[in-house]
Amino acid sequence: MRVHLTINGRRRDVDVEPHRTLLDVLRDTLGVFDVKEGCGEGVCGACTVLLDGRPVSSCLVLAPAAATRPITTVRGLEDDGELHPLQQAFLRHGAVQCGFCTPGMLLTAVAFLARHPGADREALRHAIEGNLCRCTGYSKILDALEDYARSPR
Amino acid sequence: MYPFEYIAPATVEATLDVLARHRDDAKVLAGGQSLVPLLNYRLARPRLVVDVNGLPLDGVGVADGRLRIGALTRHATLEESAELARECPLLREAAGLIGNVRVRTLGTLGGSLAHGDPAAELPAAMVALDARLGVAGPGGRRTIAAGDFFTGYLTTALGPDELLIDVEIPAARDSGWAVEELSRRAGDFAIVLVVALVRLDARGRVDEARIAFGGVGPTPVRADAAEDLLRGAEPTAERLARAADAARDALEPQGDAFVSAAYRRLLAGVLGRRALTRAVARAVERR
Repeated sequence: MRVHLTINGRRRDVDVEPHRTLLDVLRDTLGVFDVKEGCGEGVCGACTVLLDGRPVSSCLVLAPAAATRPITTVRGLEDDGELHPLQQAFLRHGAVQCGFCTPGMLLTAVAFLARHPGADREALRHAIEGNLCRCTGYSKILDALEDYARSPR
Repeated sequence: MYPFEYIAPATVEATLDVLARHRDDAKVLAGGQSLVPLLNYRLARPRLVVDVNGLPLDGVGVADGRLRIGALTRHATLEESAELARECPLLREAAGLIGNVRVRTLGTLGGSLAHGDPAAELPAAMVALDARLGVAGPGGRRTIAAGDFFTGYLTTALGPDELLIDVEIPAARDSGWAVEELSRRAGDFAIVLVVALVRLDARGRVDEARIAFGGVGPTPVRADAAEDLLRGAEPTAERLARAADAARDALEPQGDAFVSAAYRRLLAGVLGRRALTRAVARAVERR
């Protein structure tokens, strides 16, 4: 079936089989490789995208169900080639090691902080509890999130 | 995932028509947070997936002291609804414990109930809240008490040609509440969970206590013995501990690969006491 997907503000028309997930279509059909595949069961958070501005596991959304709704991947956080301030905080704090969890971590945190500006470290810990990182031990990620949450905007 | 046909009907009538024609070959897709993992793992193999997300079945309303929640209401809405925070904060607390934030974005009340996982928060909450589930089918509408809805592990009273439409909950504004659970990792299903509601009378005695456990059997379980022990009693720490012990002793939990039956039973007693203690403290505030 023909489906219109709106990815980072850009409309893409694709032919999909209904049993393909949004993750399959993003990576395999459209080459959107900034979305990562981890567990395939909605637990790890690597495949997080924002759908209507809220985090979802793209491995648990059927592609036809995502039609016409705005989809944001980590690439969509950039503004005119400039990294999002949270991405810059991640760089400053060395919050990235292998980088596999980073797109999901960033998107989850951006969506959370849009609703809870100025959240404290404890709230930020809860906010990213569904995004697994096996390298950093989370400390530097939380440092970066806290820095961004405290910075005036 | 095995291939399937996909249809997204625009009305409840059209959905019922499709379900009546395809019955067990069809599977209803709501938030997809339980069904899509089963499809990904090829544990479910429907011929037809019926996407009901286009139906007008979401939203929270209050009328005549009853709360009505549409089946497509997302967990995130239960968490954020100002109406629920006022009328039924228990549901808000329960919803906040579900899975992870992505599950709560898409997952729906009706989907969680129709899936019927005995360790899930909302089925146990519905049983404790004495909810009535509104179901549409070929013969029209019927309502099913939450206590009769869950009939076995991942099994409900919902027929293959029926669709869960909404849930009605008697308002519990004056009750204290608590949801306690323990899971191995953040976001996992609970090993054991307890939902408690306590209302006190003017003298501070227990007017009504409602307690439901999840994770301790094939369906959520009401703790009748504990409720009886509390009714009319002063909610002292000793009395709450006795009630929790009575609840625990009535359970017949199973062991699994991770925890023994004995551990589950022990946990049920501990969480039961914590839930009752917190629910009573809140009931005092709300009296």
